[in-house]
Amino acid sequence: MSEKEIKNLEEIFEQRIARDEKIEPKDWMPEKYRKTHIRQISQHAHSEIVGMLPEGNWITRAPSLRRKVALLAKVQDEAGHGLYLYSACETLGISREELYEQLHTGKAKYSSIFNYPTITWADMGAIGWLVDGAAIINQVPLCSTSYGPYARAMIRVCKEESFHQRQGYEIMITLANGTPEQKAMAQDALNRWWWPSLMMLGPTDAESVHTEQSMKWKLKRKTNDELRQQFIDQTVPQADLIGLTIPDPDLKWNEKTGHYDFGEINWDEFWQVVKGHGPCNKERLSARVNAWENGQWVRDAAMTYAQKQEDKKLKKAI
Amino acid sequence: MKNENIIQYIYGIADNALILGQRLSELCGHGPSLETDIALTNMALDLLGQTRSYYQYAAQLSGDGKTEDDIAFLRIERQYKNVLLVEQPNRHFGYVIARQFFYDVFHLFLLQELQHSKDEILSAIAKKAIKEVSYHQRFSSDWIKRLGDGTKESHQKIQEAVDDLWGFTDELFHMTEDDLLAFNSGIGVDLSKIKDAYYQKIKEVLEEATITPPETKWFQKGGKQGIHSEHMGYLLADLQYMQRTYPNMKW
Repeated sequence: MSEKEIKNLEEIFEQRIARDEKIEPKDWMPEKYRKTHIRQISQHAHSEIVGMLPEGNWITRAPSLRRKVALLAKVQDEAGHGLYLYSACETLGISREELYEQLHTGKAKYSSIFNYPTITWADMGAIGWLVDGAAIINQVPLCSTSYGPYARAMIRVCKEESFHQRQGYEIMITLANGTPEQKAMAQDALNRWWWPSLMMLGPTDAESVHTEQSMKWKLKRKTNDELRQQFIDQTVPQADLIGLTIPDPDLKWNEKTGHYDFGEINWDEFWQVVKGHGPCNKERLSARVNAWENGQWVRDAAMTYAQKQEDKKLKKAI
Repeated sequence: MKNENIIQYIYGIADNALILGQRLSELCGHGPSLETDIALTNMALDLLGQTRSYYQYAAQLSGDGKTEDDIAFLRIERQYKNVLLVEQPNRHFGYVIARQFFYDVFHLFLLQELQHSKDEILSAIAKKAIKEVSYHQRFSSDWIKRLGDGTKESHQKIQEAVDDLWGFTDELFHMTEDDLLAFNSGIGVDLSKIKDAYYQKIKEVLEEATITPPETKWFQKGGKQGIHSEHMGYLLADLQYMQRTYPNMKW
């Protein structure tokens, strides 16, 4: 294709996006669009799969049968989200094996929040309430993103996430209304998960390298700082309602802006965790690698068996 | 039949669902593929759902304000009536599948009989569970075949698991005193009636999977009397951790 032809295609492509048309897998798209989407969708899929681990840590120890079943179902939903997102990503011409390879070698990232440990039952409440809460704020705008398969996957994901968020908040309500020990457990979880949840919405706009291009492609509709503010404004009253205290002495309602002012985020910690130095980076990755490697013989068996069945059918036909 | 005996009869069925559900829950997030991960979790959810129905009924029969959670979390090891088979650990995927298969085939026969129970609640629970367990049996039988007739390595691994777990199958058919009482009063199932059909079904699937049924004639027992394997204490330590550490709280 000549340069002129490509330029022409690019123009048509940009116009389609401006008209809010969906881009579908077989449509022409700039290479950078494809790559950016593979990066973001796979990062999202990996986050779902790695995100199963911190919560999976409490399934066998859940305090009641009702909670056990709900948690199990929730973690299973995350596997389901991973599945749709990997499928959406595969439509961009990359295989599931390649995607896993990128995760296992550390080339692809996943949400850093999952590198923090879940040390009490209240962490199940805090994750649902805060982490899923922040995820929804990140994800709702993606339901109308330009790439069709991603947008459609996100509609389903968001519905389930909002259910998870309510479920998490409900765990917190129960604890906050419980015994002093339970209330302390809830407060401790909020103390530990609050700041990482704020970091989850991404580096500040000044530091964010992908924001501008992503806004143009509607892969992002609001900046990280806008999303963070939205999350804080939404969450602070929820904490107040159940008598828990947000661990930020600088947090204050600002009449003038109509938003909460908040304290300094420890970005050094954020970057350290991104670079692999969080409390559980090694455990999370090795759990994924182990599951994959220990499952190799199982996947091989399934392939070989399917092939044998196919051969048998063919023989019969002859 | 006294309520206390019916309750014990229910534990004999429900504890299997709880303990197997607990074992399967350990695997959530660690399956060999996303699809199998989701399927194993589905089965855990079905089993735990059944557990809740049984325990809620037992709690109601007890009439002493007990809840499903008291039954699930606050008994001592000797009071759990599950068979040894379901508490066996997840050594590798072959063990998970063989354990599941040996239990599913039994479970479906059991429910098919239990649906005719004179006890309306047990009959209703069984009818609902039959749909779920039919799927479990299809899933585990299919995997027995895939692993048995897959690669050399998978054949070896599943044969090993079948050999090791075979010795736990006979206990499924032991009738405790409560089982006999339940059967004689039209509430429970005659387990001896389903034994032949069980081994026939097992052998059919194993044969198709090119797996050799073990010849061992010596079988382990004890679970139904509450004499469990060494694995059980650790399983219960996880299961009961919260209820034991923070007694008398609402979650």
